[in-house]
Amino acid sequence: MNKCTERIFNGLVKENPTFVLMLGMCPTLAVTTSAINGIGMGLSTTAVLIMSNMLISMLRKIIPDSVRMPAFIVVVASFVTIVDFLLEGFVPGLYDSLGLYIPLIVVNCIILGRAESYASKNPVLPSVFDGIGMGLGFTVGLTCIGIVRELIGAGQIFGRQIMPDSYEPLTIFILAPGAFFVLACLVALQNKIKNHLAKKGKKAPQNAGCGEGCASCAGRGICGGHLVSDIKKEEEGA
Amino acid sequence: MNENFNVSSSPHIRDRIRTGNIMLMVVIALLPATAFGIWNFRHEDAWILVVVTTAAAVLSEYIYEKLMKKPVTVSDLSAVVTGLLLALNLPPTLPWWMGALGAVFAIVVVKQLFGGLGQNFMNPALAARCFLLICFAGQMTYFVYDGVTGPTPLAELKAGQAVNTMDMLVGNIRGTIGETSVIAIMIGAMFLLLMGVIDLKIPGSYIVSFVIFITIFGGHGFDPQYITAHLCGGGLMLGAWFMATDYVTSPITGGGKIVYGICMGLLTGLFRLFGGSAEGVSYAIIISNLLVPLIEKATLPRPFGKGGEK
Repeated sequence: MNKCTERIFNGLVKENPTFVLMLGMCPTLAVTTSAINGIGMGLSTTAVLIMSNMLISMLRKIIPDSVRMPAFIVVVASFVTIVDFLLEGFVPGLYDSLGLYIPLIVVNCIILGRAESYASKNPVLPSVFDGIGMGLGFTVGLTCIGIVRELIGAGQIFGRQIMPDSYEPLTIFILAPGAFFVLACLVALQNKIKNHLAKKGKKAPQNAGCGEGCASCAGRGICGGHLVSDIKKEEEGA
Repeated sequence: MNENFNVSSSPHIRDRIRTGNIMLMVVIALLPATAFGIWNFRHEDAWILVVVTTAAAVLSEYIYEKLMKKPVTVSDLSAVVTGLLLALNLPPTLPWWMGALGAVFAIVVVKQLFGGLGQNFMNPALAARCFLLICFAGQMTYFVYDGVTGPTPLAELKAGQAVNTMDMLVGNIRGTIGETSVIAIMIGAMFLLLMGVIDLKIPGSYIVSFVIFITIFGGHGFDPQYITAHLCGGGLMLGAWFMATDYVTSPITGGGKIVYGICMGLLTGLFRLFGGSAEGVSYAIIISNLLVPLIEKATLPRPFGKGGEK
C-alpha cells in the first residue's frame, strides 16, 4: 500500500483517535451533543492537524529538541487562532455551539501527539496525509457519537426529525452522562467486531501501539520500542 | 489426620441465611408501603407501574445472564427488590414503559455491567431513578393525588407554605408511589430491625444528622412542626430505611456506617435547603455510595494484636 493512503487508513481505522487511541476525550465527550457539532469539531481539528503537521514537519530539522514542545504549541496555537476567527466569521451558529472548545483544540492531545510522534520525524507529504487520516478518523468518531446521541436524546439527526412524534427523547443522552454511555457502547461494539474478525482468522486491524507511533505508545515497555512489524520481518528473515 | 481437624480458609462461622432469605425479608418489609401506595394512588392505576417495573427488573436480569452465559441469579430476589424499590420511587402517573426502561437501566447498566450483585458501586434503584429524572424531568416531577395535580408537600414547604404534617405521616399526599406513608414505611422498617436485617446505625445517624442540619440552617430553629414535615416529606424515610441500608453499597464497619449516615444527612439537608429542587435524598445517597470505599478504608478496624500504642 502506498505510504500516503496507508497513513489515511491508519488514522481512520487502525489507530482511530477516538475509538482505538482514546485521545482527545475532552472534546469528544463535551461537544458531541449533535451530529453537526461532531462534524464541525472534527473538521476544525482536521484543518488544524493538517496544517500543523505540515509546518512542524517542515521545521523538524530547525526546531531544537529541548524546546520542541513550546515550539509545537506556538505552531498549533497560531492555526487554532486562524480557525477560530474563520469559524466566527463564516459559521457563527456552529461557533456559538462549540464555544470554548475551539480554542481548546490547542491542547488537544491528538494534535500534539501526532506532531511529537509522527510529524517531527517524517517528511512533509506523509505528515500531511497522517494529519488527514487522523483528522478524518477523529471526525468520523465524533460524528458517530453525535449521531447516536442526537438520535436518542432529541430524536433527530442533523437537525431533522427522524423518530416519530410519539418518541419521548431520553434527554440524558445529550447531557454529559450520555456521552460516556454512547462512547463506551461504540468502543465495545468495535472491539467486539475486531475480536470476531480475529477469531475467524481474518487479518483484523492491529491494535494501537503496533503501528509507528512508538513514542506515544503505552505498550512500548513490552516491545522495547521495536515495531511489531519490524520484529515480524526479522523473524521471517531469520 | 483426624477428620475433625478440618483445615479451611475463613469464613469459619456458617449460617443458614442466604441472600435470598434476606431479600425476601426486604420484600416483605416493603409490602406495607407498596400496598398503601397502590391503594393511595388507585385512581392513577399505580399497580400497573409497580408490576411492570418489578417484572422488567427480573426479566432483564434473567435475559442478560442468559445472553452472557452466566449463572442465572433471579432466584436470590435481588432483582425483585431493585425493581420494587425503583417503582416505589416513581410518581404514579409515569408511563409504564418509562418504569420498565428504568428497571432495565438499573439491572443491566448499574448492576450487571459492574459484575452483578455485590459488585455494583451505587444503589441500582436510585441510580435508575436519577437516570429517569434526568431523562424525563417533566413526567418525573408530575405529581397527582386524587386527580388533582400540584406540588409535593416538600415543595410547598420549600416555598414557605404551611403543610399538614398529619397527612404526611399517614400518606394522603402527593408524591412517589412508596414514599408518602411514613407509617407504612416504619412498619416495614421495624420488621427489618426486629429480624436483624438492618441495624440502627445508618438510618439513625442519617436522620439525626439531617435533623441537626435542618435545625441549624433551616431558618426555623428547633421547630418540631417544620422538622417533622421535613422528615415525613419526600423520600427521606424510604431512603434512610430501605436504600441507604443496602448491603452492597454501604460500609460494613461500624464506625463507617455512622460516617456514611452523617454524610447522607448533611448532603440531603444541603440539597433540600440550598439546592434547586425540593428533594435531594436520591442524589445524597448515590453520592455517599461513591464515598463508601474511602469511608471503609478510613474506618478499617485494627486487627487484634497488631499495631497498638507506641
